[in-house]
Amino acid sequence: MTEPTTRYAPGTFTPAPRRASAWRMASAQTRFELRLLLRNGEQLLLALVIPIAALIGLTKISVIDLDEPRIDTVTPGIFTLAIMSTAFTSLAIATAFDRRYGAAKRLAAAGVPRWLLITGKIAGVFIVIVGQLLILSGIALLLGWDPAGSFAWALLMVLLGAAAFGGLGLLVGGTLRAEAVLALANIVWLVLVGIGGVIVPLSSGGLMSAIGQATPAGALSHGLRDVLQFGTAPSLTSVLVLLAWSILGWLSSIRWFRWQ
Amino acid sequence: MTEEPALELLGLGRTFGSLAAVDDLSFTVPRGSLLALLGPNGAGKTTTVQMCEGFLRPTSGTVRVLGIDPWTHADQLRPRLGVMLQAGGAHASARTREMLDLIGHCSADPLDAGWLLEELGLTSVARTPVRRLSGGQVQRLSLAMALIGRPEVLFLDEPTAGLDPAARHLVWDLLRAARADGVTIVLTTHLMDEAELLADQVVIIDHGRAVASGTTSELLGDERAHLRFAATAGLDLTLLLQALPSGYTAVEVRAGHYRVDGDITPAAMATVTSWFARVGVLATDLQVGRRSLDDVYLDLTGREIRA
Repeated sequence: MTEPTTRYAPGTFTPAPRRASAWRMASAQTRFELRLLLRNGEQLLLALVIPIAALIGLTKISVIDLDEPRIDTVTPGIFTLAIMSTAFTSLAIATAFDRRYGAAKRLAAAGVPRWLLITGKIAGVFIVIVGQLLILSGIALLLGWDPAGSFAWALLMVLLGAAAFGGLGLLVGGTLRAEAVLALANIVWLVLVGIGGVIVPLSSGGLMSAIGQATPAGALSHGLRDVLQFGTAPSLTSVLVLLAWSILGWLSSIRWFRWQ
Repeated sequence: MTEEPALELLGLGRTFGSLAAVDDLSFTVPRGSLLALLGPNGAGKTTTVQMCEGFLRPTSGTVRVLGIDPWTHADQLRPRLGVMLQAGGAHASARTREMLDLIGHCSADPLDAGWLLEELGLTSVARTPVRRLSGGQVQRLSLAMALIGRPEVLFLDEPTAGLDPAARHLVWDLLRAARADGVTIVLTTHLMDEAELLADQVVIIDHGRAVASGTTSELLGDERAHLRFAATAGLDLTLLLQALPSGYTAVEVRAGHYRVDGDITPAAMATVTSWFARVGVLATDLQVGRRSLDDVYLDLTGREIRA
């Protein structure tokens, strides 16, 4: 039943599959995700517009009572907000819609191993967080921010925070239906903004403050304020809380994550 | 090239709860040939293909693609496959070219993405987001993603669903060229003409089981013509068989639908119509023809395949 085809030169489709290097696959995937992110208005709003607006607003408008200089109090909270938005909310939503569209499965079908799919996603999250923190730091410095403390401690807190939020983001995005993720990821974001010391630093003592301190947002904002505002090491509690959330999120993701 | 078959299924089965989606399916696809998995929606075609691609674990039996177990060695196998997912798998907010490039980057030596888009008539929508493509365009993008890595085996889930006739012929040309170049192709379809036109081998499945398999000519039987007619159900065919020369058979395929097999000559036709007159029957449909896969399917299951 073979009819001669003149349209294609013989040998056009001769099989010659060769898997790309892990680097080529991961960098293509990361570039792809970053381009989608930059084109997505809601994601940009979450990643940059809201944090920038909050940074400037909380510093310039003194409706809420904050320690002076306001910018030093505000900035660590805004960093927490930025990290939470990207590593948790955006990652959860993007993962859920990847699953909905079968995009993760499409990549798997093209020979991208599971670990590389996750690596590509995480790399994308880290690049975005670096970009956010650079931009936010630049604006904060213009507003007179005077960061204290060691860069290494700050970096550790950022990494731990991203790990904790990222694990939870993958867990939520990898287990629930896309609509549910959309709702849940935004509600959790709002609740954590409320109780996680993002805007008003957690006071010491009190039940609400203890609950806030136990959330990844509270631990991260508290730890970042220890370092950047007060120039000390982050409290052991903050480090342990973030570690615990990281382990919980990642182990649960490994256990329950579904590709479709 | 080692000559294990491209695909080998042996007693393959998959259950979902108490439902057997695929049941005891066995067939072999030689390299460089095209197999059409034919059946109505829900017959188990997609489940079968998903097991071949390593996306579903068989609950019984074995499947080997290029000699590899797709479930346990997916990472080793998948770079050698070209897969067209039924859901498409294209990110709705990605642009056509972007999506194809992403899949192309999973291969060290992909086909040229621009050329593929041109061939599939997608150049004008290269910068259009996937969510704004028509169903047929998504389908062609999906095929491009399956082809770009120069695969040894192509798994195509309903490759021409939603395509207009021109695009369908374009895809058929492309699949013929790929097969001529040595690509093994497994496609699912519920289109008889597609299977009849392209396939070296057809497996008809229904309720997860193979109801018939073979080359198209095997399934269609010899070239003898047959005659079909529709009339009231339950006619006594004895008189007809007596009137016809020996060697003819006549059966009621299903209620009210009859088939006469044998050498359908003008004389035989006259015999049949004069029998209508004798028993006082007005046939509502009378046709002479070669068997088609439609007939095969209908005879086997008593249902239209496109039900």
